[in-house]
Amino acid sequence: MGEEEGLHQTQLLDTMFVRGLKRKCFDGEEDIEGTLAGIKAIPSYNLQRQSLLDMSLVKLQLCHMLVEPNLCRSVLIANTVRQIQEEMTQDGTWQMINTQSTGQTSLDRLVSTDILCRSSREQAEGKQVPGYSNFNKDFEDDQTQDSSETMSTASSVQAPRNLQSNVWEMENPQENRGNFQKSLDQIFETLENKSPNSVEDLFSEVDNSYYDLDTMLTGMMSNTKMGHCDGLETFSSPTTTTSNSNCKSDLNELDHIVEILVES
Amino acid sequence: ERGASGGREKGTVFTSDIISTVEFNHTGELLATGDKGGRVVIFQREQESKHQPHRRGEYNVYSTFQSHEPEFDYLKSLEIEEKINKIRWLPQHNAAYFLLSTNDKTVKLWKVSERDKRPEGYNLKDEDGRLRDPSMITTLRVPVLRPMDLMVEATPRRVFANAHTYHINSISVNSDYETYMSADDLRINLWNFEITNQSFNIVDIKPANMEELTEVITAAEFHPHHCNTFVYSSSKGTIRLCDMRASALCDRHAKFFEEPEDPSNRSFFSEIISSISDVKFSHSGRYIMTRDYLTVKVWDLNMENRPIETYQVHDYLRSKLCSLYENDCIFDKFECVWNGSDSVIMTGSYNNFFRMFDRNTKRDVTLEASRENSKPRAILKPRKVCVGGKRRKDEISVDSLDFSKKILHTAWHPSENIIAVAATNNLYIFQDKVN
Repeated sequence: MGEEEGLHQTQLLDTMFVRGLKRKCFDGEEDIEGTLAGIKAIPSYNLQRQSLLDMSLVKLQLCHMLVEPNLCRSVLIANTVRQIQEEMTQDGTWQMINTQSTGQTSLDRLVSTDILCRSSREQAEGKQVPGYSNFNKDFEDDQTQDSSETMSTASSVQAPRNLQSNVWEMENPQENRGNFQKSLDQIFETLENKSPNSVEDLFSEVDNSYYDLDTMLTGMMSNTKMGHCDGLETFSSPTTTTSNSNCKSDLNELDHIVEILVES
Repeated sequence: ERGASGGREKGTVFTSDIISTVEFNHTGELLATGDKGGRVVIFQREQESKHQPHRRGEYNVYSTFQSHEPEFDYLKSLEIEEKINKIRWLPQHNAAYFLLSTNDKTVKLWKVSERDKRPEGYNLKDEDGRLRDPSMITTLRVPVLRPMDLMVEATPRRVFANAHTYHINSISVNSDYETYMSADDLRINLWNFEITNQSFNIVDIKPANMEELTEVITAAEFHPHHCNTFVYSSSKGTIRLCDMRASALCDRHAKFFEEPEDPSNRSFFSEIISSISDVKFSHSGRYIMTRDYLTVKVWDLNMENRPIETYQVHDYLRSKLCSLYENDCIFDKFECVWNGSDSVIMTGSYNNFFRMFDRNTKRDVTLEASRENSKPRAILKPRKVCVGGKRRKDEISVDSLDFSKKILHTAWHPSENIIAVAATNNLYIFQDKVN
């Protein structure tokens, strides 16, 4: 499950978090460096907090790639992100993010570049990158994408299945760091441009008309959401991903992709 | 060595798909489990027998049926899991048993009944069921009932569908036995057992603007005696008690239970670990018990500002929260249960450990549900987690805990010291030693 590797990497973070538990989770730099002198250079509180923010954002993106995200989990992670944002805004470090490159930490990244690279892959294909808060808006657009998207769709379907094993592994840190950097930049750029409450955008598309039973039952949904795929309202979602435990849904997913390919 | 509830004997181990819910019926005669594959397996307790006294109280498989199938929501292009989230029994009125089982979207009422006789001697069809030619029938006879091998059949009597946009996390049968409620992340609906095409929305915390969503419903339960009262818990660690007599839509709570935050323990994970994963009324109806990530709390219904008791389930995890956040374990939803007399509470942990707390003696015990560590008929040995310093011989260190072996679901017999513990895909049934 990759759990052990992840656990090993975050043991460092755990120690940080414990030491400062009495005071907002982190201790002063001096204390940490004093007691853990034997371990390699300890990142500052800001970098630790940054790492937690990165992890949370990735988790949220993961949420949106799964079919029906666990709402409780999403809300809790979003609240955590919001907390960090608020603190960083108070600190004034929020402004610094934009100017400073974030890839210089000595800590290994705890995130799967697989996930974040997806956005840069799509960028290569000429599609607008779904940045952090744009992701939701694009989610609906994705539903109406034409077949040029199916290539990225096929590979994105692969990604979730490997998520459980890959998710906290770091592959080819050097070459992927560039892609990772780009994706993170986009995320922070969109965050920067929006108001501090951009986290709410997360739920802006999780979404009223979708969950309006009346609308659903009268079938209006299929017309408004499906776009050109009217005849295929069943198979309209290229970014739909499978629950990672169900083989049957994997097969269904492939069926849908084949349908989209055939139709276009 | 006697722990909080005396010695324990191992009963039986059943292997199936991952078990997602466990529930005794009101007499304790039946034990139902639901699993990730949408199946329900019901166990029945052996009757006392003079010939085999040592087999008294063993549970054997009584009925197995497929309750829910995977579905595909074509409008949203979403798959609906068949996993059984909860099972709740109805009290027995006649020879048949009734239970509610639910997945994320649909609640079903199942009737489980025995058939040990069958009619023979039909006029219009022969013994094989083939229709007879009416013109060939010259005499009429009355069919008679003849004994047959016992057959247990489960039939779906009601299907309560299309009332939940979000995932159902709880169902609870009302003490009036005419209604029940189902709760999802944002709404709670009230149903009448007889009416399937309509439900009454009694709680709705969905904000007008979903961007403002910061809190969800995590569990809900009716009061055991007062049919107008229910509670629901939230992801922010609060419990609301509502009275349905006050208004149709119970958005305004009658009572609000919340413990003030300890500022010295504040971290970025504070809110997540305060999220309540289960809420249960005591049998007496005077207390509620809540489970959050690290503790179990008992609240007096008459005191809203703090719990009357707090029990640490696995406080040694407090220093590991970042790792547990990373691997998502911090979002695990543990359940909690009362024993029949409300004197002992039980909940699960990791490494197939489960914990019991005696509210009177204040003693607690950690036990393990695993084949390797319990031989049949042996008494369970209490376990201990070493939290630093020298590790003794039988202790296990925090870093050696297996976080993939989690005990989320347990059940306690309504009147006896028999417990059911679900460890992933194995069901353990433990009983007090018979003297």
